[in-house]
Amino acid sequence: MIEKKTGRQTFQMQHPPSINATASIVGPKEGKGPLAGYFDQTVDDEFWGEKSWEKAESKFMREVLSKVIAKASLPMDALDFVIAGDLLNQCIAANFGIRESNVPFFGVYGACSTIGEAMQIGAMLIDGGFAFNVACLTSSHFCSAEKQFRFPLELGSQRPPTAQWTVTGSGGIILSAEGDGPYITRITTGKIVDMGIKDQNNMGAAMAPAAADTIFAHFQDTGLPHDYYDMVVTGDLGMVGKHILEDILSSNGIHIGSLLNDCGLMIYDMKQDVHAGGSGCGCAATVFAGYLHDRMKKGKLERILFVPTGALLSPTSVQQGETIPCIAHAVAIENSKGGTQ
Amino acid sequence: MQQVMTRDEYRKYVDKVSPNSRTLRNTLRAFMVGGVICVIGQFFLNSFKNMGLNQETAGSVTSIVMILLGVTLTALNLYDDLGRFAGAGSIVPITGFANSIASPAIEYKSEGYVLGIGARMFLVAGPVLVYGISVSIIVGIIRFLLKS
Amino acid sequence: MRETIIQYINAFVAGGLICAVGQVLIDKTKLTPARILVLFVSLGVVLTGLGVYEKIVEVGGAGATIPLTGFGYNLAKGAFRDVDKYGLLGAFTGGIRATAAGIAAAVFFSFLAALAVKPRAKT
Repeated sequence: MIEKKTGRQTFQMQHPPSINATASIVGPKEGKGPLAGYFDQTVDDEFWGEKSWEKAESKFMREVLSKVIAKASLPMDALDFVIAGDLLNQCIAANFGIRESNVPFFGVYGACSTIGEAMQIGAMLIDGGFAFNVACLTSSHFCSAEKQFRFPLELGSQRPPTAQWTVTGSGGIILSAEGDGPYITRITTGKIVDMGIKDQNNMGAAMAPAAADTIFAHFQDTGLPHDYYDMVVTGDLGMVGKHILEDILSSNGIHIGSLLNDCGLMIYDMKQDVHAGGSGCGCAATVFAGYLHDRMKKGKLERILFVPTGALLSPTSVQQGETIPCIAHAVAIENSKGGTQ
Repeated sequence: MQQVMTRDEYRKYVDKVSPNSRTLRNTLRAFMVGGVICVIGQFFLNSFKNMGLNQETAGSVTSIVMILLGVTLTALNLYDDLGRFAGAGSIVPITGFANSIASPAIEYKSEGYVLGIGARMFLVAGPVLVYGISVSIIVGIIRFLLKS
Repeated sequence: MRETIIQYINAFVAGGLICAVGQVLIDKTKLTPARILVLFVSLGVVLTGLGVYEKIVEVGGAGATIPLTGFGYNLAKGAFRDVDKYGLLGAFTGGIRATAAGIAAAVFFSFLAALAVKPRAKT
């Protein structure tokens, strides 16, 4: 008998882990966006004094880790685990960013949903009694992502209006067995969903069915009323994906259009020439660590369903003509431990 | 969750709800910028001919100058801005060919002089040479066969 | 003088039209720019082989030779010339001989550019 599992893919925390601190560092473009005031630091130079984009991205992660443990007033050796991931091949931003920390490490990959995956694993480690303090971190970098997934930066090419802009930034979260919240009360782990979209310039459309699948499963597994959360916030569906998500949810009887939001739409002003919105592992991570956590701490939001979304493609799979498998992980975060259960 | 749509239906639905490229605007821009680049080429071609070069030499020197222009604008971080505005208008001219060679060379410098700059230089332009040269050899062979 | 102006107008229109065709293909067919370039250079070679592109060059001047189709035109013209001069071997030497200046310049200048500058972000 698995006592914490409810339904097919949702898990109820018996001892909800507390989010004791968050930290976020972003690049110049994000630092000019509407959430500018909520990030801990804005870096003006995408290289951040390093010799390559990849080294710079590792530095983002390294600096976020030291910032977030400082904000939680924890020494590095009080961390039982670091769980981190990014978009680069073999997760080098995380592996190299964390290598000096001397903390047991799980490297995870869920594309832009990685922060959700990390928070779920961290929450289960704590609720399961395996850890007291866990750090969850992810990063992305516009330049290293362009280089890996698209073209060299200086190549004169156009993006279609459905394309999204990879966020330069890193967000980190400290989960702890004790603390005054907000708390992770339940999680719904996503399944891989592939609706046959091949266009890597329309990732929102590829990911929306995965987000819908996870959100639907969450409400079905928990039996919660559809308006239970103050906000259901996806990772990086962008304009096109959010519209599709609303449609799919409605046709499945979940009418929460006014509660839906998307980190990819929150982080930039649409005037910033980002087409359909932001994306990347750093998108959901920085918006949660910077903005959403702050709103919860100040009581403007009491409970949210945080649903980072990921497109699990690679440059090789795209060249081989594969469709894009996608995933979304839902994390329920509430200011009170009990919820309504 | 109940599957309301098949993959095919979903693809059609996505095409419907996704905003289209502004083709008319983009095509107009491509026409203007592509036209202007060619006028610049014509100017150099005429100038070199006036300096006494024959048609073929003037053509070669014009290519070199236009390529230098494309590479220089790439190095100054301007060609990507032009490309974002003009699309095919700056991709299709020979300056765009130069940009497609210079941009990976610059980008992959961090992977070293041999495997970075050297190996990646033809990341985008390689196929142009592969197919251009191969097709020209085939056309040449056909010419040879037809003659003999 | 009037002739020169017409020559420039022709170059503008011919070059603009070739680029406009490329743009329509990018927007309407979801072909990537790399595929468009391959298509254009191959098309240039084939149209030259069929004797069509020469006529476009006669009217359009640089408007026909500066776009990548013009690169294909030079490849095919070179192959033809060398085939006529040296026989079958010419099919292999002609194309690159005729375009050598452009290819060599692109490689060399790009190499220098890579030595001189670092990549920069679009902000």
